[in-house]
Amino acid sequence: MSRTLFSFKGGVHPPGHKAESNTRPVHAAPLPKKLVIPLRQHIGTPAKPVVEVGERVLKGQLIGAADGYISAAVHASSSGVVSAIGPAVVPHASGLPDECITIETDGRDEWIAHAPLDYRTMTPADLRLRLRDLGLAGLGGAVFPSAVKLDPGATHPCPTLIVNGGECEPWITCDDVLMRTHADDILQGVAVMRHLLGSTEILVGIEDNKPEALDSMRSAAAKLDFAVEVVAVPAIYPGGGAKQLIETLTGKQVPSGKLSTDIGIQVFNVGTAHALARAVHHGEPLISRLVTVTGHVLRPQNVEVLIGTPMHALITLAGDREGTTGVLMGGPMMGMPMPDPEVPVVKATNCILVQSNELFPPLPKALPCIRCTRCADACPAVLQPQELFRFAKAGDFGRAQEYSLFDCIECGCCSYVCPSHIPLVDFYRYAKSEIWAREKEKRASDLARERHEFRQFRLEREKKEKAEKLAAKAQAKRAELAADPSASGAPDADAKKALIAAALARAQAKKAGVEPKNVDHLPPDKQHEIEEIEARRAKIRALARQPLEPEENP
Amino acid sequence: MLTAIWVMVAIAVVIGLVLGWSAIRFKVEGNPLAEKIDAILPQTQCGQCGFPGCRPYAEAIARGEADINQCPPGGEEGVKKLAELLGVEPKALDESHGTPKPKSVAFIDENTCIGCTLCIQACPVDAISGAAKQMHTIIAAECTGCELCLPPCPVDCITMVPIAEDLPHWKWKAPVVMLKKVS
Amino acid sequence: MPAPFVLDRSSVTQVMAWVLAALLPGIAASVWLFGPGILITLSLATATALAAEAAMLKARGYPAKPFLTDLSAIVTAWLLALSLPTLAPWWLIVTGTLFAIVVAKHLYGGLGQNIFNPAMVGYAVLIVSFPVQMTQWAGPLSLTATPLTLAQSASVIFGGDLPKAMLDAVTMATPLDALRTGLLQQYTVDEIMTQPIFGHYGGIGFEWLAGAFLLGGLALWALRIISWQVPLAFLAGIWLAAGFLHFFDAGRFGAPWFHLFAPSVMLGAFFIATDPVSGATTPRGKLIFGFGAGLLTIVIRTWGGYPDGVAFAILLMNLAVPLIDAWTQPRVYGVAPRRGKEPPA
Repeated sequence: MSRTLFSFKGGVHPPGHKAESNTRPVHAAPLPKKLVIPLRQHIGTPAKPVVEVGERVLKGQLIGAADGYISAAVHASSSGVVSAIGPAVVPHASGLPDECITIETDGRDEWIAHAPLDYRTMTPADLRLRLRDLGLAGLGGAVFPSAVKLDPGATHPCPTLIVNGGECEPWITCDDVLMRTHADDILQGVAVMRHLLGSTEILVGIEDNKPEALDSMRSAAAKLDFAVEVVAVPAIYPGGGAKQLIETLTGKQVPSGKLSTDIGIQVFNVGTAHALARAVHHGEPLISRLVTVTGHVLRPQNVEVLIGTPMHALITLAGDREGTTGVLMGGPMMGMPMPDPEVPVVKATNCILVQSNELFPPLPKALPCIRCTRCADACPAVLQPQELFRFAKAGDFGRAQEYSLFDCIECGCCSYVCPSHIPLVDFYRYAKSEIWAREKEKRASDLARERHEFRQFRLEREKKEKAEKLAAKAQAKRAELAADPSASGAPDADAKKALIAAALARAQAKKAGVEPKNVDHLPPDKQHEIEEIEARRAKIRALARQPLEPEENP
Repeated sequence: MLTAIWVMVAIAVVIGLVLGWSAIRFKVEGNPLAEKIDAILPQTQCGQCGFPGCRPYAEAIARGEADINQCPPGGEEGVKKLAELLGVEPKALDESHGTPKPKSVAFIDENTCIGCTLCIQACPVDAISGAAKQMHTIIAAECTGCELCLPPCPVDCITMVPIAEDLPHWKWKAPVVMLKKVS
Repeated sequence: MPAPFVLDRSSVTQVMAWVLAALLPGIAASVWLFGPGILITLSLATATALAAEAAMLKARGYPAKPFLTDLSAIVTAWLLALSLPTLAPWWLIVTGTLFAIVVAKHLYGGLGQNIFNPAMVGYAVLIVSFPVQMTQWAGPLSLTATPLTLAQSASVIFGGDLPKAMLDAVTMATPLDALRTGLLQQYTVDEIMTQPIFGHYGGIGFEWLAGAFLLGGLALWALRIISWQVPLAFLAGIWLAAGFLHFFDAGRFGAPWFHLFAPSVMLGAFFIATDPVSGATTPRGKLIFGFGAGLLTIVIRTWGGYPDGVAFAILLMNLAVPLIDAWTQPRVYGVAPRRGKEPPA
């Protein structure tokens, strides 16, 4: 092609392992008995459940509504009955449970009524709202709500639209296979993006190790009524990262801490474009995606999977083998180990990589850093990983931030080349989450200080106001007395005394009258019950006073 | 000899003038040290240190009237930071002021609450909403976990609930992978 | 254990093994040109270094196996041995190696923590403490009437019992020594260069030894074990500084090629200044580090108290590394170039 390509600094060439999974035909995975659909599958506010336990839902029915602007809806991937709404283990590195909706499928796979959207006649705002409610989120891995990304905003026109078919992570082939088989659909999705963003230049970046995908996309692009340039980019990890692809194709760098739209570029994954086409032309919400199941399995392949399908079912489908040591979601460079093979496939699941000791030998023990700077040579963000490591290890997070810790994209190139086998990315993640936690703590303590100071001020003010009021009252009284001396004097004092005595007598009489209590003359069982309750209360009080055990570190 | 003395005197005068001038020119209003100490304190406003709030404690430390190890919510880390700021040796927390507890927020059992407003008056950060004879509720996001609302409650309906780790609050742990000393 | 789950096949051991392999041409050349004495020095230094490393690891409570097999102690030992005179007495070798491993490496925190190059610390301590013994260089074989055998070399190194006359017959001033002594005696460079020890560029034999180190160094660069910045800047520093002086007064200052083709320069440029632990880490920092070391080498050779300055130059630049690194941080992706702003210190 005629286009001049640029290159970004750094990068590595890990073995691709693409051929294992991209040759078998794509099947739809069988319908599982149970679907577990997390409400937090995207970046932003989690969806709010809008169904009840026991309710029958249809395929494609909204079960979790988008909550706010940066959010996306979730839908039932098949028909069935909601059996639970509550915490379940989700695909996350922490292994912590999160809110999910569980559906017992009925096997009928019955669709809810849905119709295509006439996107050309809708206002952009309406269309984006519809896309949010159809659960559209980036399928490249970051799962950012697509509707937000499709809003260029008044100040940021988006002349360049880049469609990311880079797929630089080893082992993963779902985008490759999608481009081979659904090039037309992808480009229809691109047409919608172009419509919403008003882009004038559309580039599709595909790594040159995917010649079939390039051919298929090029021939599909030739049929369009607008220009789409399909560009082969050199295969180097992390060349498919959004920032790196932008630099390769345009030579521009996304400014630190900003978004690509600030330089007039928006990037979408090919899978997102495909899902967008399904949403607009068929009215289908995002309830399934293409997933690569590969690694230590008998038949590595790509499968069309309903969101919420347990990963284990897919591993069984691909033929599980002896000697499995773990399951990763994503590729070997940036993937996450799964806490449990039963966790569901979510919108972010592009690959299920089954580990074994042969394919992924346990990482050797780390030696000290020898400052060889291979990590710096490999870093696509032009950081000094050896310095960041030093600061993170020493807990000097401020310095780490000065050395641009937050420009790290966690691609893993540094750890990959490290001759001392130091898990550098781990240290950066740790440092980042510590910094975030501290900032949060700082905000909380600032808020507490502010509220406390305001309270002090309020108490002070109230005291002053009260004193002023009293003073005013006393003054009024004095003025009154001065004006009418007869109002005061001995007889009045006597009257007051009499009044008080009367009130006292009344109160005593009342007390005597009320004396018969409902606890006298109780049957013994009632009495016993009351005692039991009293004992329980005392216990709870004692418990509440007891200092809590300090939290054990895991 | 005399020249040398004159030179020394002249230097002393000049330096004295410069110092005097800069003392006036660069005078700092308020008590910057207390501000800095206050910024380190956790702002729980619990009074466990023996002072009515974090600010008075900070001022007492700045005046040298209080030790740096009287703040259990700040924990050992807080003591360390204070020691670093003040240039003194860090020391262990003074147990007589309490021990650090996991971060918690107060929770009002709504079935038991009688709406007496005593806790509202006790809360140092106005994090309890409610009115007389109305049920009260803790605004969890603003609760500092100071426990000052527990003693005044006549029906003991307030309990401290430790903040559980959930996905948004989850942190990556410090990696432990380096070759360690053989014990 | 989070990502990445795959690693490149590199390891510290592999890096160090390549460095040792790249030293082999130089060692071969030394044996060929100066006799087998270097083999004894190397073995003695290696044995001392390994023993000292093991003892220090045990004393510091670290597991011995992963650190002994990383070969870093052997690299230190070999670099020191190759810097020492070929017929240095055994206790000199042992003292230097011990100092390098115990003080310069482990007392600074072990592998990866030392701010000075351990081999050069060992060398500097020896040349400051024992300047006389540090001159026992075996002369080039082509200029020696009766070259020493391996056994004779051993008896010189271990016993020092060779008659003074015979020792004088086999040891010889190095070209740098000769130049220095000659200049002190008011000879011009051209007059000094007529001595038999001088060859085409450097000394007879010495220039070939330098060439062998250059060869090994280029191999290291080709294998991407070392970066190009440090050696190139180091050699450029030497060439420019020496050339500048030579251009102004060819009679009092040696030619740049003569300075370049001293074995210590090639060893220093490719094997010692490139030590990652004690060197600069940023690309521009590496250039400054190398160039500074080159300049200082010539400055010390010309005006200093010792004939050679590579060791001191590198140690001085080691001192400046934190500053160099802080001032030469590269522009991070997407970060606008700093203008007039203090770099992170």
